[in-house]
Amino acid sequence: MDSFLGISYPALFGQLMIGLINGSFYALLSLGLAVIFGMLHVVNFAHGAQYMLGAFFAWFLLNMLGISYWQALLIAPLAVAIFGVLIEKFLLSRLRGKDPIYGLLLTFGLAMTLEGTFQYFYGSSGRTYAVPEGLTGGLHLGFMYLPIYRAWVIVASLLVCAATWYLIEKTKVGMYLRAATEKSLQTQSFGINVPLLITLTYAVGAGLAAFAGVLAAPIYQVGALMGQNMIIVVFAIVVIGGMGSILGAVATAYLLGLVEAITKIYYPQGSSIAVFVVMAVVLMIRPAGLFGKE
Amino acid sequence: MADSSSIKSQWHMTAALAFVCVATLIAAPFFLYPILLAKLLCFALFACAFNLLIGYVGLLSFGHAAFFGIAAYTTAHALKEWGFAAELGLLIGVFVSAVIGFLIGLLAIRRQGIYFSMITLALAQLVYFFCLQAPFTHGEDGIQNVPRGLWFGLIDLNNLSALYYVVATLCVFGYLVIWRVVNSPFGNILKAIRENEPRAISLGYRVQRYKLAAFVISASLAGLAGGLKALVFQLATLNDVSWSLSGEVVLMTLLGGIGTLFGPVVGASLIISLESMLAGSEFPLQIILGLIFIFCVLSFSRGIVGEATRILSRKNSLPNSLR
Amino acid sequence: MNSAMLEIHGLNAWYGESHVLHGLDLVVNEGETVTVLGRNGAGKTTALKSVVGMVRQRSGSITFKGKDLMGLPLHHVAREGIGFVPEDRGIYASLTVLENLILPPQFATGGLSIKEIFRLFPNLEERKNSQGTKLSGGEQQMLAIARILRTGARFLILDEPTEGLSPVIVQRIGEILKTLRDDGMTVLLVEQNFRFARRLADRFYVMEDGLISETFSATELDARMGALQTMLGV
Repeated sequence: MDSFLGISYPALFGQLMIGLINGSFYALLSLGLAVIFGMLHVVNFAHGAQYMLGAFFAWFLLNMLGISYWQALLIAPLAVAIFGVLIEKFLLSRLRGKDPIYGLLLTFGLAMTLEGTFQYFYGSSGRTYAVPEGLTGGLHLGFMYLPIYRAWVIVASLLVCAATWYLIEKTKVGMYLRAATEKSLQTQSFGINVPLLITLTYAVGAGLAAFAGVLAAPIYQVGALMGQNMIIVVFAIVVIGGMGSILGAVATAYLLGLVEAITKIYYPQGSSIAVFVVMAVVLMIRPAGLFGKE
Repeated sequence: MADSSSIKSQWHMTAALAFVCVATLIAAPFFLYPILLAKLLCFALFACAFNLLIGYVGLLSFGHAAFFGIAAYTTAHALKEWGFAAELGLLIGVFVSAVIGFLIGLLAIRRQGIYFSMITLALAQLVYFFCLQAPFTHGEDGIQNVPRGLWFGLIDLNNLSALYYVVATLCVFGYLVIWRVVNSPFGNILKAIRENEPRAISLGYRVQRYKLAAFVISASLAGLAGGLKALVFQLATLNDVSWSLSGEVVLMTLLGGIGTLFGPVVGASLIISLESMLAGSEFPLQIILGLIFIFCVLSFSRGIVGEATRILSRKNSLPNSLR
Repeated sequence: MNSAMLEIHGLNAWYGESHVLHGLDLVVNEGETVTVLGRNGAGKTTALKSVVGMVRQRSGSITFKGKDLMGLPLHHVAREGIGFVPEDRGIYASLTVLENLILPPQFATGGLSIKEIFRLFPNLEERKNSQGTKLSGGEQQMLAIARILRTGARFLILDEPTEGLSPVIVQRIGEILKTLRDDGMTVLLVEQNFRFARRLADRFYVMEDGLISETFSATELDARMGALQTMLGV
C-alpha cells in the first residue's frame, strides 16, 4: 500500500521534506544564536533581521548587479558579517559586563530599526528570487518528488553546521573561543585578544543568519518581515534545546522542523504552535532544555 | 538624614504631586480629545503593569501583550456577543488575563534571566496564534463595534467625557494597586528577591510563589488596561496580542524609567502621542521607535523619570548655603 | 644588584565598592624569587590581579622592565613576558588537558616544548585527552604551571600554588620552582605556607590590610619566625 495512516507516501514524504527544510533554517539560525549567546551572553534579537538582510542582499545583487546566486552565497554573508562587526564594535561592546537584558533590548531595537527601514522602502510584500540554474527541477523518486533546490538547502545547511562545529571543536581559533566563553578575563591574561574574538563571533553569527537568508530567498519570498516570525520560533527552539551545546542546538532544530511537519500532516491548525507547545512541555519536564547544562 | 521636618516635607511634596495629577486628570478632557486621553491612560496602565515585573522583581516579560490582548478580546466578546454590562465585561477580561498570566508565569518562572524573557515571548506567541485561529476573534478583522453600554447601569459610556472619567478612575485605581504592592511588605520581599535571590531563599521565602504572584498581578492589571482599551476603541484586534506591542510597552517603560512609579506613565504618553502625530503620515514610526530604543539602552537607560530624579537629588544634596 | 623587573609604587585598587589596596609598594628584581606573605583578606590576590590587569580599578604606578603596565589592555600584558598562575588554577572544563596546555600563546622563545613538559609531568601526558577538570587538584596545579612554562615567560606570578595540596605534591612544586630559579626565572609568589616559601624566596614582603607592613631578606627570616607565626595566625 502506498500510504501511511491515511496519508499517501508522496504527501507524507513531501511534508517531511518541508520539515527538514524548515529544520535546516532553524538549525542555521539557532547555531548562530547559540554561538553569539555563548560568547557575548547576548540574545541577538537582530538575528531575524540579519537573516532578512542576507536574503535582500542576494536579491539586490541579482536584480541590480546581475550577480548570481552562487556568488551571493559568499558575498551576502560577508557583507552582513562586516555589518555585524560594526554593530558589535560601536553598539554592543558598550554593554559588555552589563546585565544581558540590555543586549536583548538593544538588538531588539536594532531589529525594529532594520525591519522598519526595509518596510519603509520596500513595503511588506515579498519579492521573488529565482531558483538558480542547475538547481531547478526535481527528481521523481517513486515515493516522493524531490525538488533539487530543496535538497540542496538541506545539504548546504548540514555542511555549514558541520563546518561550524569543526571550527569550534577542532581548530585553534575554536579553542580560543571555547576558552574565552568559559573564562573571559583569564583567557585575556594569557594574551589572547578576547575583545577581537567577541567581535568576530558576533560577525560570524550574523553571517550565518545571512547565509540562511540567501538559502531561503528562492523558497520563501524576500520580504522585510521574513525574519520576524522565524526568530520567535528559533528562540523557542533554543529554549527547548538549551544552549549547552552546538550539536544539541542543531539536533533540536531539525527535530522540531520534523515535529512541525508531522503536526501539519495530521493536525494542520496546530502546526504554527507546535514548537511552542513542545517548549511548554519541555519546560515542565526538563526546564534546562533537552541538552541544557544548568 | 530623615528627620521629622524632611519627612513632612516629602509628604507635602507627594500630596502636592498627587493633587496636581488628579487636577490634571479632571481638567484634561476640556483641553484634549477624550479618546486620545483615554488611550494614553490605558497604555500608561499597561506600561505600569509591565514595570511592576521588570522594575521591582527584575523579570523582563517580553510577551506582555498576551495579557493585554486576551483581555481586550474577552471583554469585547463579552460585551458584543454575550451582551454583558461594561463592568462585568471588564471583570471577565481581567479574570481571563489573570488565568493566562498564571499559566504563562508558572512555566516562565522555571528559568531565570534571559531564558525567562524568551519563554514569555514564545508563550505569548502561542496566545497570538490561538487568537489568529480561534473563530471568536474573527482573525484579521478583529472584534469590531463593541457596544459600550452603561456603567453600573447608570453612566452612559457613549458620552465620551463620561467614558473618559470612568477609564481615568479605573486607571488611577490600577496605579494605586501597583503603588500599594510596591510599598508593602510583599513589595519589599519582591525587591529582596530582585537584589539577591539566593539570599531570599536562604531566609526561607518561597521565592517562586512571590514571583508568580507578582506575575499574576501584573498580568491582571495589563488585562484591565486591555479591557478598557476594547471599551474605549470598541475594537479588539490581533495587534493587541502581537509581539510588536509587547516590544512597544518595553520601550515605553524604558523611555520613561524602569523601576520608577511614574516613569511608565511618562513613557507611554510620549510614545502614544508620537504615534498619534505620525498616524496620518508616511513617516516610518517603526524606525523611530527602534532608534529611540537603541538610544535609551545605550545612553539613557534610567529613562526620563530616572534621569530627572537623579538630577533633582543631586541638587538637593547641596548644602543650604549654596542653594 | 640586579635591575628591577617589576616596580609597584603607591598602588591603590578597588574591587567593586571596596577599597582593597591602600598604596602598595613592591619591587621584584630580575632573577629574584619574592614572596608576599599575609593573612586571608590582606589583599594579596587583588595585588597580583592588579599587576596582571585583571583588576582594572587601580591608581598608582606599575612598571615592568621600565614599561608602564597600567595603561596596557589586559590581553597585552602576557606578551611582556608575564605569566600568571591564579589561585583557583583556572583549568578549563571545556578544553582537554592538552588544549589547556597549549592555550596560552608563546610570546617568546625559550619556553619548554610540549615534549619537555610531558617529561617533567608524565601524568599530564597520560591524561592529555581528558577533560581538563577531570584532573586532581595537584595535577591541575601542575598543568597551570606547565602551560605558563611553555609560553617563554620570564616573570612568573603564582597565587598560593600549594593551597590544599598534599605534601608530596607541594614538594614537587617546590622542586620545580627551585629549578626555575636556578634557571634565572623571576618569581613573585604569594603564599600563606611560609615554610614552603622559605626554601625558595630571596626576599619577603608582609602584607596587611592592603599595605606592605614589613619586608626582609631570607636570611632574616629565622629571627622573625615567632612574630610572623603570630601575625599570620599559623
